[in-house]
Amino acid sequence: MKKKLTFAAALLAASVLGGMANAKQLVYCSEASPAGFDPSPWSGGNDFDASSRTIYSRLVEFEHGKTTITPGLAESWTVSDDGLEYTFKLRPGVKFQTTDYFTPTRDLNADDVIFSFERQWKKESPWYDYLAGTGWEYFAGMGFPDLLKEIVKVDDLTVKFVLNKPEVAFLPDLGMDFASIVSKEYADQLDKADTRQQFTQKPIGTGPFQFVDYQVDAVIRYAAWDGYFGGRQKIDDLIFAITTDPAVRAQKLKAGECDIMSYPAPADIAGLQADPNLKVDEQEGLNIGYMAYNTTQSPFDKVEVRKALNMAVNKQAILDAVYQGAGQAAINPIPPTMWSYNKDIKDDPYDPDAAKKMLADAGVTDLSMKIWAMPVSRPYNPNAQRIAELIQADYAKIGVKAEIVSYEWTEYRERGKQKDRDGAFQLGWTGDNGDPDNFLFLLGCDAIGQSNYAIWCNQEFEGLLQKGKATTDVAERTKIYEEAQAVFKREAPWLTIAHSKVFMPMNKKVSGFVMDPLGIHRFDGVDVTE
Amino acid sequence: MLRYLLHKLALIIPTVFGISLAAFAFVRLLPGDPILALAGERGVSPERYAELVERFGYNRPYVIQYLEYIGRVLTGDFGISIATKRPVLGEFQALFPATLELATIALIIAVLIGIPAGIFAAVKRGSWFDQATMGVALTGYSMPIFWWGLLLIIFFSGYLGWTPVSGRIGLQYFFKPTTGFMLIDSLISGKSGAFRSAASHLILPAIVLATIPLAVIARQTRSAMLEVLGEDYVRTARAKGLAPRRVIGLHAFRNALIPVVTTIGLQVGTLMAGAILTETIFSWPGIGKWMIDAIGKRDYVVVQSGLLIIALIVMAVNLIVDVLYAVINPRIRVQ
Repeated sequence: MKKKLTFAAALLAASVLGGMANAKQLVYCSEASPAGFDPSPWSGGNDFDASSRTIYSRLVEFEHGKTTITPGLAESWTVSDDGLEYTFKLRPGVKFQTTDYFTPTRDLNADDVIFSFERQWKKESPWYDYLAGTGWEYFAGMGFPDLLKEIVKVDDLTVKFVLNKPEVAFLPDLGMDFASIVSKEYADQLDKADTRQQFTQKPIGTGPFQFVDYQVDAVIRYAAWDGYFGGRQKIDDLIFAITTDPAVRAQKLKAGECDIMSYPAPADIAGLQADPNLKVDEQEGLNIGYMAYNTTQSPFDKVEVRKALNMAVNKQAILDAVYQGAGQAAINPIPPTMWSYNKDIKDDPYDPDAAKKMLADAGVTDLSMKIWAMPVSRPYNPNAQRIAELIQADYAKIGVKAEIVSYEWTEYRERGKQKDRDGAFQLGWTGDNGDPDNFLFLLGCDAIGQSNYAIWCNQEFEGLLQKGKATTDVAERTKIYEEAQAVFKREAPWLTIAHSKVFMPMNKKVSGFVMDPLGIHRFDGVDVTE
Repeated sequence: MLRYLLHKLALIIPTVFGISLAAFAFVRLLPGDPILALAGERGVSPERYAELVERFGYNRPYVIQYLEYIGRVLTGDFGISIATKRPVLGEFQALFPATLELATIALIIAVLIGIPAGIFAAVKRGSWFDQATMGVALTGYSMPIFWWGLLLIIFFSGYLGWTPVSGRIGLQYFFKPTTGFMLIDSLISGKSGAFRSAASHLILPAIVLATIPLAVIARQTRSAMLEVLGEDYVRTARAKGLAPRRVIGLHAFRNALIPVVTTIGLQVGTLMAGAILTETIFSWPGIGKWMIDAIGKRDYVVVQSGLLIIALIVMAVNLIVDVLYAVINPRIRVQ
């Protein structure tokens, strides 16, 4: 009998070890260390990749690879006629992850949903300030403190959000990372043990992967969560190998040290495409690179001057020299992949002679101005200094003298907001939630002093923006936003430069990876063939 | 000896305060703002900004901020990172072993190659070996670390496939760190192949980090040896018929050692500075990469406390070197 037991134990051990040896592993070369694993306090894409998109789930989710909303932890929802009440029916039987540091005793319920939002909202919550100086920037940035009136538990599996005003982007907002649902039971356990900090170091969620280990600045390890309500993942282990330099990430991918990498350097893309073991997926980015005139300062307060300056710029030369084929000329303030994009609008033609004449007709001679160049590379603008130099040369052709200025990144953005700022300011935007309002708000009157660097407040545009926010019918909203884009193009507060492409190089053995228009990296549904 | 040690310690105290003040001022002189950096491109409303400035205490006079900071440091509290909300000392302790391991191996490489190369170049002064060694040393000293590191990665990891590209150990090896030193932890883990993997991951970053100290040590050893080899007592030793190896090893090298030891001590600072770039290239999770990230995020707390801790370590090493002088050369004690 003893021998039989020993044999059985040996067999079990062998099968477990064998299973370990055959465990499917996906290594992702990520670009930066996460600040923490709480999905809500931070705002970096790398933070979201490491926390919210792997470990957590939300009430609603963006359809994989799209920006349409699908059920998540909420299996259904209703919206009141006045658009002020959203009632969500939670999916029953959703399990929080069981780890060596937490064993849940109950399934997800309305208490978890309420806690997830109130900790970011109510200053009296002990969790509001559990991380010293936490800003809950996304919650505040999306206007939730003013938008939310109350969150009511109707029953264990029903929760109602009551708003102060109608907000059509409320559902997409709930699909964003900061709106991830955390475990109240786990928080209570840490409260009792007076170890609240652990909440961001050892996370618990309901997502496809559970946290295993983090070696600071080096490696994050996850395992597939067996109890995931969306079904167990095909890969067993997910590993983030943090590699900050893009050239080194590319070398690691080529050497087989990782299976997939983020943000390749433009110069490395051709080499990666040529590698027989690799494939490079690409997608139009949900972004825009622009240059905003200060429309409150003379002569940029005149539409014809702004139009003339737009017509002086050779966008194709910028696309060739800076984006190197990884971008397309931008016409509207929203990308072409977004719903409500107005295809009928034509771009201002590149015509230096006509531009020169328009300036003369507007009474502008010997114009000297500044072109602001960002000090950092961004997906929507990989090299602002080079773009500034090209525009400077184009302006010289129409007799405009331009001086290029740049400052440290946070200083740059602060100076750009000043109402007496001189000249044209380069910046850009990457969408958060796939709603057109998430781009057009950049030009709203309320955004002056914050994200409206054109300092442009046009009542016709603003009226359409507000109308769009209060309209629930998508067809109706589409018309409103198409009209808003026409007003934008007519008034030209920006030079729309480009929408860039995003590349995702990976080993050919990786399948099922879907590029996300919102720029996040999701590994649910990914498989690796040996 | 005790008096000598106390004298050196007395010099360290004002230096520490000077460095803490410099670090505190340096990070605030940099353009940029930690709260805006934290908020990202979405920005932050003026009201929220004012609230956060108040919470972090950045609206108070600099003198008060400094005095509070130094008061906390004296009680062992180096503050909490603005970006990650983790204690700075905890982050430092988690990351420092990686830097120390890399720097130690780099220093060993630099000493083991630099000193013999310098001695040989001095003994064979003017020979092709001397010329070649000093030429290579000058090249190594002038080489930008970032470029050199990438070049080695592309050639040895990418083209030849001999070494891993980056990291500290193969991802198949997963064990909880015991000491933080991967070479030791991999041995303790008992996992087959782990030590070899850890060692292979060390090769390229250690070579890159060792390059400049190696060049400096080789050049310093050569010039110190040349000076000593011309001394009367060396000539006397030779005239007495001592074997050349004994003359060089015992009489010349021992006396040339003081400036060489000084140089090696000073290389600790160079290694810390070099680690910043080396760790960034090789994704080496040490304090160099940590500091670079903190400067980028204008994380005042990490930068000022991190610089202070690093300075304390460099000063401690230099104190040890000073004590070593006194051991090597009793005249220094007397002076």
